Amino acid sequence: MKPGRIPRATLILVLLFFYGPILILAVSSFNASRFGGSWDGFSLRWYRQLFHDRAVWDALRNTLIVALVSTTAAMGLGTTAAFALHRYRSRLQLWHYGLVYAPLVIPDILMGMSLLLFFVSLRLPLGLLSITLAHITFCISYVAMVVLARLQDFDFSLIEAALDLGASRWTAIRHVLLPLLAPGVLAGGLLAFTLSVDDFVITFFVAGPGSTTLPIYIYSMIKHGSPPMINALSVILLALTFIVVMLSQHLTEKRT
Amino acid sequence: MKRGRRAEFWITGPSFGWLLLWFGLPTLAVFLVSFRPADPFGGIGAGWTWATWRSLSNPNYPAIIWRTVWLSVAATALCLLLALPAGYYVARAPRRWRNRLMLLIVIPFWTNFLIRIFAWKVLLHPEGLLKQAGMALGLFTPETQLMYHAGAILLVLVYTYLPFALLPIYAAAERFDYALLEAACDLGSSRLGAFYRVFLPGIRRGLTTAALMVFIPALGSYVIPDLMGGASSEMIGNKIAQRTFVDRNLPHASALSALLSLTVLIPMILILYHRVRGSAPPALRPTETAP
Repeated sequence: MKPGRIPRATLILVLLFFYGPILILAVSSFNASRFGGSWDGFSLRWYRQLFHDRAVWDALRNTLIVALVSTTAAMGLGTTAAFALHRYRSRLQLWHYGLVYAPLVIPDILMGMSLLLFFVSLRLPLGLLSITLAHITFCISYVAMVVLARLQDFDFSLIEAALDLGASRWTAIRHVLLPLLAPGVLAGGLLAFTLSVDDFVITFFVAGPGSTTLPIYIYSMIKHGSPPMINALSVILLALTFIVVMLSQHLTEKRT
Repeated sequence: MKRGRRAEFWITGPSFGWLLLWFGLPTLAVFLVSFRPADPFGGIGAGWTWATWRSLSNPNYPAIIWRTVWLSVAATALCLLLALPAGYYVARAPRRWRNRLMLLIVIPFWTNFLIRIFAWKVLLHPEGLLKQAGMALGLFTPETQLMYHAGAILLVLVYTYLPFALLPIYAAAERFDYALLEAACDLGSSRLGAFYRVFLPGIRRGLTTAALMVFIPALGSYVIPDLMGGASSEMIGNKIAQRTFVDRNLPHASALSALLSLTVLIPMILILYHRVRGSAPPALRPTETAP
């Protein structure tokens, strides 16, 4: 039985819906006109203006600092969390699972709001530190879920074999489990990194003066002007995304 | 046994402690602070009061909550309506095409969330392409507003959350045994009947996951109504942000957040119920059924 015409038409419609607005944005980034209404000829003026904007570079630096620190921390905490959830079946793990799972389903605004309140109550200054704490917190859950999925497919008889052949527990973990699990941990880390770089809502709630990240800067550009520069920025981000996706696709295809 | 218990504490401790401190306690704090008075400097006052909760009965709020719920329900319905045939088509495509098609679907969503919203702002702008094309075709008058109303919010909600519906539906549709559909047709069912009575129940889990993945974030959306909506199409997320950043009334913002948490809790209990009965988390699986 072949799928009918309606499913195919829907898929094409969905893809047009997804790509249409982004393509139009990309085209208008090369438009010399300040207001996108008419085509005034090809121009790289918005790109030039973007590169000379110091605030963009500062925001990019803040974003990368937060993303690198929180990804590293979340990879550690998320991996141990996944181990514990996979290995033990106690009442403690039930609560543990609830704590790991809830941040995935709760809307961002609730997490941002509750962290802001908590930081204010603790008199913790709002800035890169508070942003990083918030990012580690939501990244742990994503890393844990990705690693947990890998652990479920993991063949634990390999560990038993290593132990039978005389390896110590630690050697078995280090030389058998971790290398086999590394792709899962890396995949979780990559996801955490993208989510951290992309996050706006939670960051907006816990950010303070001088800790503008790229999404916060983009938001203020949308709200208060200089739209053509955002077009240029989005094309650059889109191109980078494309390269990363193609690279990771290439790597995984080679490995299998 | 005792050694195993200690090992469990060591390995659970770091993530458990971290999440308890930075997720569990702040969530409780929201409920507590909603009973505190606000101090005039934008902080949290001393003592306890019901006043904040009582002020939520202000007639503005029921309207905002109602709008938040119907927009989320409508976005969920539209996402399922589009994701079901599209996910089905991808699942039936030749194997080597499936991954490519899914990649094609996911790539636009690797762009920043704000930029995707901005792309719609450009498109729906009064001088934008869509308005001009519509006017040339005689569909729109110069007065037609494409933005700053609930319709624009709904459009961008669907745009943003459709992949979250597509992924679980595709995952479920890919695992479905399509010989069952042929069997149903051989036994005299119409194609549509087989679709409704065999395929849909077969991917039920994927459907519920998809619905929740759209509905819950839609309830809490704030940036989309902020950038696409107008003053008369605010959602509960806008009010929380307003109370936090504009009036700097944290207890009021907390009460609204607590209200939103309660609204989210209802579908969340559904997820947990669904998950405990299903198979996903090992920790929640009833021990009797474990091998």
